[in-house]
Amino acid sequence: MSVSAFLTDPTLCIGCKACEVACKEWNGLPQDGLEWTGFSYDNTRQLGASTWRHVLFLEQARPLGTQIAGGEDPFRWVFLSDVCKHCENAGCLEACPTGAIVRTEFESVFVQHDVCNGCGYCVVSCPFGVIDKRVEDGRAFKCTFCYDRQKAGLVPACAKTCPTQSIKFGTIEEMESRAQERVTELRARGYSDAHVYDARGTSVGRSHALFILLGEPEAYNFPPAPDVPTVHLRSAWTAATVAAAVGFLIVCAAFLL
Amino acid sequence: MPGLGTSFGRGGSTTAPSELLNSDAILIMGSNMAENHPVGFQWVVEARERGTKVIHVDPRFSRTSAMTDLWLPLRAGSDLLFLGGLIRYVLENGREFREYLVHYTNAAVIVADEFRDTEELDGVFSGWNPETKSYDPTSWLYRGISEKNGPPDLAHYESDSTLEHPRCVFQLLKKHFARYTPEVVEAGCGIPREMFLKVAEIFTSASGAERTGAVVYSVGWTQHSSGVQVIRAAAILQMLLGNMGRPGGGILALRGHASIQGSTDIPTLYDILPGYLPMPALGPVSRTLADYIARNRQSTGWWANFDKYIVSLLRAYYGEAATPENDWGFGWLPRISGDHSHQGYWLDMNEGRMEGLFVLGQNPAVGAPNARLERRALSKLKWLVVRDLVEIETTAFWYDSPEVRRGELKPEEIGTEVFFFPAAGHAEKDGCFTNTQRLLQWHEKAVDPPGDARSETWFIYHLGRRLKEKARNDPRPRNAGLAALTWDYSVEGIHSEPRVEEILAEINGFRSNNRQPIASYTELTADGSTACGCWIYSGVFPAPGDNHARERKVHDAYGHGWGYAWPSDRRILYNRASARPDGQPWSERKKLVWWDEEAKRWTGVDVPDFAAGKAPDYRPAADAAGDAALAGDKPFILHPDGLGWLWVPTGLKDGPLPTHYEPLESPIRNQLYSTQQTNPAAEAKAGPENAYADSPDPRFPYVLTTYRLTEHHTAGGMSRTLPHLAELQPEMFCEISPALAAECDVRHGEWVTVVTPRGLVEARAMVTSRVRPLRIHGKLVHQIGMPYHWGFRGLVKGGAANDLVAISEEPNVRIMETKGMLCNLVRGRSGEGPAALKRLRSLMERRP
Repeated sequence: MSVSAFLTDPTLCIGCKACEVACKEWNGLPQDGLEWTGFSYDNTRQLGASTWRHVLFLEQARPLGTQIAGGEDPFRWVFLSDVCKHCENAGCLEACPTGAIVRTEFESVFVQHDVCNGCGYCVVSCPFGVIDKRVEDGRAFKCTFCYDRQKAGLVPACAKTCPTQSIKFGTIEEMESRAQERVTELRARGYSDAHVYDARGTSVGRSHALFILLGEPEAYNFPPAPDVPTVHLRSAWTAATVAAAVGFLIVCAAFLL
Repeated sequence: MPGLGTSFGRGGSTTAPSELLNSDAILIMGSNMAENHPVGFQWVVEARERGTKVIHVDPRFSRTSAMTDLWLPLRAGSDLLFLGGLIRYVLENGREFREYLVHYTNAAVIVADEFRDTEELDGVFSGWNPETKSYDPTSWLYRGISEKNGPPDLAHYESDSTLEHPRCVFQLLKKHFARYTPEVVEAGCGIPREMFLKVAEIFTSASGAERTGAVVYSVGWTQHSSGVQVIRAAAILQMLLGNMGRPGGGILALRGHASIQGSTDIPTLYDILPGYLPMPALGPVSRTLADYIARNRQSTGWWANFDKYIVSLLRAYYGEAATPENDWGFGWLPRISGDHSHQGYWLDMNEGRMEGLFVLGQNPAVGAPNARLERRALSKLKWLVVRDLVEIETTAFWYDSPEVRRGELKPEEIGTEVFFFPAAGHAEKDGCFTNTQRLLQWHEKAVDPPGDARSETWFIYHLGRRLKEKARNDPRPRNAGLAALTWDYSVEGIHSEPRVEEILAEINGFRSNNRQPIASYTELTADGSTACGCWIYSGVFPAPGDNHARERKVHDAYGHGWGYAWPSDRRILYNRASARPDGQPWSERKKLVWWDEEAKRWTGVDVPDFAAGKAPDYRPAADAAGDAALAGDKPFILHPDGLGWLWVPTGLKDGPLPTHYEPLESPIRNQLYSTQQTNPAAEAKAGPENAYADSPDPRFPYVLTTYRLTEHHTAGGMSRTLPHLAELQPEMFCEISPALAAECDVRHGEWVTVVTPRGLVEARAMVTSRVRPLRIHGKLVHQIGMPYHWGFRGLVKGGAANDLVAISEEPNVRIMETKGMLCNLVRGRSGEGPAALKRLRSLMERRP
């Protein structure tokens, strides 16, 4: 089974949100809020239990490559479709006490809802804030990487529906190399702040959702240096052991003195 | 439609979205293509990746602007100034494509000596009658040609191929647009001179033998009081640059939703019959079929076949009942006796002059101009039939509307009997769409409609069947046409749904004696031996079981094999112009259709839009008629002279050339003419319930424009009820610049009320740099943008922007002006109940 990945490219995204809708339609996800946010055209706000693709709308006083936006003053409107990263070292999976979250043959991270007990440990363990509990249900939900579609040899619904091929889907090697090529090309075309958002080199490791970003990751609510909480386990245990030992010694000392 | 129709011959987009891949530059104006045509916009994105320059000129920075090389904000309603500026730039700098122009357009033709330009008459062309408020267009004809009983004989004109004659179209054009300087553009549009020149340079240098540019527009051009003339200006620009009929060139008229092109081809309009045959008018001009044909049949060019098309249409309508003795049933066709356009009949309804109304696939209670007036008008009907997917505002106006809540209408006092029928969605029925690029695409039923929901075809068929039964038992003369109407479709399934393919077969046409399908409109006759529901569609169903609209196997770069583009599966219209006068391609890079000297035929990668065997050097005899009267280098075969019309000698109601008028409401006076502020032929339909601001007006200082968002569909009847769409844009908002927010003391996200003399709408303030104030004649002009998707029903509710729009009529197509109006903006909500009515009145009538 080939190992697949998304490559999401905001320089091709027209902000139509078809990926959000296709995801909800295919996966039967409910509507999750009829509130106007005022965050540009983004009324979705963030990924969550019932939103597995989220298009962010970023209005910035910066130029988009060589684009002329009405005059001298720089301005750009960037659209980025966010999704679960399906990390190599997945915080959610490592935190899951019931074994509900598993790694699939596509190397994606999958929640088995019949095993999930709704403890919520995964929610706080995701470095990207992707997975969430559905309030009315209690269990945790997130992108399945369209496991069912991939199993049938189909492209995930979001990538399939994207009219401008802003969401690409293919083997992880191909996506990684295309991301690099695209950034090189974009830079040559004047997008001087284009870069690949790739978690390799961090504790998260290789991710199955690559992004091309313009400017700082923080502007897209992406952590500049993501960390899997479990990397802190050793130091946490050490600290706890030391604290317990010190406490024990103090108690002993109290008896001795 | 007449903008393209009078310029080129056919009222359809001349190219396809996918063809933009071959453009060297794309000018998108009056269109928010990325948001409203996201699937078609993939070609723009891809073209740009390949190096095509994409320019967007629009009042707002939209999702389209975000994807272009250059976005320029302009004042809503100043489009014609901008395009006139481009035309002048071409003419003044010698950037026109000379050879193309001389051979393929009427640039060289000499115009009647009686003609006087708006530049001489301060804003009106010769022929203006201030009493009837209309033009007598005879002085717009070519020199030496008169309009007697029938259409003028435009094939025999005087011309000067040097383009030097002072009365030739080229020179008149030059004079007419001489004042559209970059300075005038800057002052009127708010586009800095150097930015304008940059765009002019990019677009004009992407044209010529080796290169082509395309123009993309949508209703951002159409919905103005001079909308047709704005499109005309684009047509002139594209002809001057030699961009018509060529790969990557043309004018892409994007239609607002599925089958809008189809709804003018086989019209839901009151003034044309299928295939762009005019609807007969009351009176002597169409008393008999002979009168009507004499009036409309051209002696030269393709419309010499007019009689064949109308007789075949009548044979399709009335079958055996249509005979030569009864004028093929021509007398049974309705006659135009007044303004029966949407605007006209709603005003009639509001005056109590209409008894009943069928509303199918429309939601005028929030989706049509001056929706407040239209809701009140509905309350004056005796009966109303609405067919839709859900109980939309138009069905519920009598108990759930702002008027009821404000106490303006009382349910117990409304006599309108409302019949609501559930309709089937497009996936629940068979049918055919005609999309933007004139492409007929069949769709098949995927599931049965739920409950009592039925297709439109079912409704119309069974209604017609029952009415015909009534007519049969009631022999009054008025029923004769209904009784004679053929209505013999067979039905299928438990709900007796008509077989839709039989309707398409009737549209395609057949031989009257044996019902064998015809293969092309060239087989149609005027002797009653053929019947055809819409001649331009003929060929879509050339043999039983061979429905070309159903085809899904593309076999070339132009998409042949997928669906069927009218006419004759031609994908690029007027493609004879892609070759030089001698029949060879202008360049290797831009070849499309060319003359094969050995085979003595036109050939190429598209179906030639030209008589296949007519050689480039063919010259007609003096008395030749029909298509044979057009020479082998005349690509615009629907026109009687075979030329592209820079100058429209006949067919428009507001002038042979486009000229800039201000919108019916404008923040400035017209800088071009001292006495003529607005399009003289446009009708404001002003009245107490359809009032206007002055131009300018201190009570309504801001420019207002309305539009759509990707997330919703038109007035929202199909999207506000769907949770997955409703949540994406849940609330009515208005887009304002930070400067205007400061001026009105409004913060981002706060509630504001936008007011026009027609009504008010509350909205959330979206303060964004995507909207910018513009400097117009030294004065800062603020613009406000409002989407029009909301209404008082559905999962997400909100004010209907159409409450703010006036009912008005552009003279040629009678469309309203939604894209440039005046308004005011005040902080706070409009409120509910009788207090809201008071506030509404005080704000609408507020004096400075």
